[in-house]
Amino acid sequence: MEGLVNIFVRSVFIDNMVFAYFLGMCSYLAVSRTVSTANGLGIAVIFVLGITVPVNYLIENYFLSAGALSWLGAGFANVDLSFLSFIMFIAVIASMVQLVEMTVEKFAPALYSSLGIFLPLIAVNCAILGGSLFMQEREYANIAEAASFGLGSGVGFYLAIVGIAAIREKIRYSNVPGPLRGLGITFIVTGLMGIAFMSFMGIKL
Amino acid sequence: MNIIDKEPLFSTKNVKLLTTPLNDENPITVQVLGICSALAVTVKLEPAVVLAVAVVAVMGSANVIISLLRKTIPQRIRIIVQLVVIASLVILVDQVLKAFLYDVSRQLSVFVGLIITNCIIMGRLEAFALGNRVWPSFLDGVGNAAGYGWILIVVAFFRELLGSGTVWDYPVMERLGLYTIGYENNGFMILPPMALITVGIIIWVQRSRNRKLIESK
Repeated sequence: MEGLVNIFVRSVFIDNMVFAYFLGMCSYLAVSRTVSTANGLGIAVIFVLGITVPVNYLIENYFLSAGALSWLGAGFANVDLSFLSFIMFIAVIASMVQLVEMTVEKFAPALYSSLGIFLPLIAVNCAILGGSLFMQEREYANIAEAASFGLGSGVGFYLAIVGIAAIREKIRYSNVPGPLRGLGITFIVTGLMGIAFMSFMGIKL
Repeated sequence: MNIIDKEPLFSTKNVKLLTTPLNDENPITVQVLGICSALAVTVKLEPAVVLAVAVVAVMGSANVIISLLRKTIPQRIRIIVQLVVIASLVILVDQVLKAFLYDVSRQLSVFVGLIITNCIIMGRLEAFALGNRVWPSFLDGVGNAAGYGWILIVVAFFRELLGSGTVWDYPVMERLGLYTIGYENNGFMILPPMALITVGIIIWVQRSRNRKLIESK
């Protein structure tokens, strides 16, 4: 249990998707004009990351990695399909996003209407695929660890996008030099936020 | 359909496809696409150049393939077709890198895979390759990938020079003898947030020279 909390906190603050790895930057910059839309996208990302990372964990460990197919019989023990992982992960993500969209539409219409177009959009959000690829690279021991990593990364992205949206709403009232207006100042503010988040580095739980 | 293109291969219109993404329509600093995978690999020049070349290869060929298939892809499933084409090309690039440039491939880690979700590629496939002939699509792909690549390389150049005092692992600062007179590397440049600030400064410089890009309030 302690290990799970540790992984969760690490992925929210220290290995933050946006500030430490620049993942999900495209939607981070495009959808952070107002806090309410940023809130919607953030929730959708938490949702999808929390589902796709454990699912891809199962696929990775029972189908793709070297020797993972040995449960089919001794003849499959040497099969290594890991070169297929990109295409499998992106397929899982695209179909999961579709599935999540349908489920949410059926059982939580209010949430569905507030998320709007963000659900289909996040199939191509780098943070989602990045979550699965980091999960593969870091070799988590079991599915619970993978799930808490996925959820933590989602929460980290949520914090980042809501934070920048709030700052951008305020920045509209300040006199930013012309060439820096809009995109430029957003980059620099993100950099400063990243420096602030780095102060969490080295925390051990 | 007339397959043979009547106009010369490098007509003004075609050259324009290649050059506007380098400045006026730059994918990173103007269209804000493909930033995701761009910034984390810019600590050193070598991985940045390798990633830039990989993106040029993937994007040029993805645009050609989608442009060839554009009349046969059903509208409703085009996104997944595009993803499959890109993912297969990225697998090829990944295998080539693992075979010939293993060290760089280790450094790039997940960012080779993240070319798949690089928004410029999807964006150009959607916006250009689905509606244009093969040769212009190819030029558009290469142009946009190059526009992405040069920003990557500029950022990596400054971060490596100021952060580690080297250029492509050649110790420039040491050869210039700056350490003996008290110069120190700015370790801060190696940390991730400085990539964002460097891009912010590039945008600043670019827009102050090219004032039509300035955003209105």
